[in-house]
Amino acid sequence: MALLEIINMTHFFGGLRAVHDYNLSVEPGQVRGLIGPNGAGKTTIFNLITGIYRPSQGTILLDGQGIVGRQPYQIAAQGLGRTFQDLRLWRHMTVLEHVKLARYSKLSYGLIGAFFGTPKRHAEEAATEKRAYELLEMMQIAHLSDQLVTNLPYGAQRRVEMARALATEPKILFLDEPTAGMNPEELIQMMAIIRRVRDDLGLAIFLIEHRLKMVMELCDIIQTLVFGEVIAEGTPEEIQNDPDVIEAYLGKEVVV
Amino acid sequence: MNEIKDAALAAENGRNKESIGLRGKLQGIPLIAWLIGILAAAVLEHTFGKILAAALDMEKIPVLFGLTVILKEPVMIPKAAIYGVLIYGIPIFTVAWIFRIRSAGNLLAENLLKLPLIIPTLIHLGIFYAALHIWSDLSAYRVLTVKLTLIAVMMTLSLNVINGYMGEFSCSHPGFMALGAYAASAFTVGLFADDRLFGAAVLPEVLGPYLFPAGLVIGGFTAAIGALVIAIPSFRTRGDYLAIISLAFLFIVKSLLENLEVVGGPRGMSSQPDYANLPTVFTWCVLCVWIINNFVRSILGKALNAVRDDETAADAMTINTRRTKMIAFMFGAFWAGVAGGLFAHVLRYVNPATFGIQKLAEVLAMVYFGGLNSVYGSIVGAVSLSMLSEALRPLEIFKWIIIPLLLILVMIFRPTGLISFTEFDPRRIMGPKNRKEGEV
Ligand SMILES: Nc1ncnc2c1ncn2[C@@H]1O[C@H](COP(=O)(O)OP(=O)(O)OP(=O)(O)O)[C@@H](O)[C@H]1O
Ligand SMILES: [Mg+2]
Repeated sequence: MALLEIINMTHFFGGLRAVHDYNLSVEPGQVRGLIGPNGAGKTTIFNLITGIYRPSQGTILLDGQGIVGRQPYQIAAQGLGRTFQDLRLWRHMTVLEHVKLARYSKLSYGLIGAFFGTPKRHAEEAATEKRAYELLEMMQIAHLSDQLVTNLPYGAQRRVEMARALATEPKILFLDEPTAGMNPEELIQMMAIIRRVRDDLGLAIFLIEHRLKMVMELCDIIQTLVFGEVIAEGTPEEIQNDPDVIEAYLGKEVVV
Repeated sequence: MNEIKDAALAAENGRNKESIGLRGKLQGIPLIAWLIGILAAAVLEHTFGKILAAALDMEKIPVLFGLTVILKEPVMIPKAAIYGVLIYGIPIFTVAWIFRIRSAGNLLAENLLKLPLIIPTLIHLGIFYAALHIWSDLSAYRVLTVKLTLIAVMMTLSLNVINGYMGEFSCSHPGFMALGAYAASAFTVGLFADDRLFGAAVLPEVLGPYLFPAGLVIGGFTAAIGALVIAIPSFRTRGDYLAIISLAFLFIVKSLLENLEVVGGPRGMSSQPDYANLPTVFTWCVLCVWIINNFVRSILGKALNAVRDDETAADAMTINTRRTKMIAFMFGAFWAGVAGGLFAHVLRYVNPATFGIQKLAEVLAMVYFGGLNSVYGSIVGAVSLSMLSEALRPLEIFKWIIIPLLLILVMIFRPTGLISFTEFDPRRIMGPKNRKEGEV
């Protein structure tokens, strides 16, 4: 059974058809890529699956369960972690607090624990902190743990988002342009991190990216989206040689 | 050349040492030493205050550190200053300084913290309470001021949970306070007092003080239910509905109470029994600070900050944002209700007019003056503005020019308040204040 299955998903913003008849099937451990020009509807697809918008039509199955109509926090807790294209960090919080907070749904001490500081709470929060440090070490930002995120360089902020998403213990990780705005050095580090997430944690990954070199290197299967419609789907080689893709997308942009 | 440089460097070092000097040394004194100093000063005043005041040819001891006196009669300034230095300044600093000998204070603080946290906490609170009790024992006015200040701390802190930690703007806090005040009063007056509204006492009066906490909790829950009424429509969708709905709620509560004859209408309720003595108010205030501080430092509490800073991200990180907001809002309202119950029993009289826009302005001022997202800030804000408001009383109408002016200044230089976005960590506060090694 596929980990994530999307069948005939369509979405309208008023009169604008942002996504049309979209289908996807992701197996555990697979890395999928989604490319397409600006405004093609890539982020909208992420927002539809993660529950921020409700699709006008279509079915979404996560682990075989329909998730259309569920709240974003429920879908996230069910194993769908994500990062945001426009970095959404909590500006008054430290790096460590970010990662700890993402384990919210794993806590069981409840309000009594929160109000009275019970031993159970202290034990759970200590365990949470330990796990958070492990993730920060994996992202190589443990030394920044007590910094406010607003003080960090851009590349490090991206990694905080990644560590935070991983802390929710996802089965599949959605990455929306994780290298946007990065310099070449940061880019290479980010690619290494994504590989490590795939290999060490065995997560499925769904990646939106503008840098084709990166998509080609990382992904098993790539979809090309234009005006909300998938015009081609296949392995990196197939996509690179597809005449429609070359015309609609590759031909117009200088490939990095 | 080098010699000159060396000499310059030495001079520089000397200056550094100098500047660290007194201030640094005072900062090296732990809290417990200061508290013992304050206790000593309170005892001293209790014993010699009247004699000293008489010797200085003052009518009575200056009740609020002489602040009120000097505004009424500026000629009294030197006398009030002498009194303050002799009774408070010298004793407090002397005692604190004694604890510097062989780092006695820091050693004491360090060893106390090796015990379970509750023990040093109770010791610190005990000394502080003793000082407060002895200090206020000298005048009924002091007792009243201290009680009202403690209640203001509860109001400010609980509003900070909503306006600071959660980042919403709520205007209904005086309304919650009113609900708590009336519910707790109905409980105690109905059960334990002979009253024109509720008839004769139902239960024997001796039980009253024991059941008073139950009355306060009932007041708290009444306020929390009121909060639920606001929360359901306000947090259904994103957007800034809360400010307007909560303001409407404040007016509705007030006019409801004005029109409900069962609770006395515009004249309000009186004959509340005298249960809210100083230890009671103090205990509830400590309980309130302790529980709220526990909450805001937990991951569940930090979720409020996440909702405030970016709700979409909070959602994506498995945080149930709507539930988080509703709980925090009701939690804040609960403590406003408890504060209201205490307030009614301190004054032993409530009427609807108390819980209007002016009360709202006072609490908001304390929250924003002290600092958003900070337990410490709320305590400082509530205490300083309560004291200031009492001290400036003789200026009458000018008081309402000076306090807003002060607020504007704070907003200009520190837009989030005096002490915002800090953690209130009891261990750090009570801990030894040793300077780190390597520092001069
Ligand atoms: N909330 C919304 N309401 C109305 N229109 C929207 C909304 N969100 C996106 N759109 C529109 O839907 C289309 C797809 O937007 P989307 O953000 O999904 O593109 P994208 O492929 O992620 O582009 P980019 O590469 O620039 O990130 C755009 O035309 C956009 O203007
Ligand atoms: Mg996008």
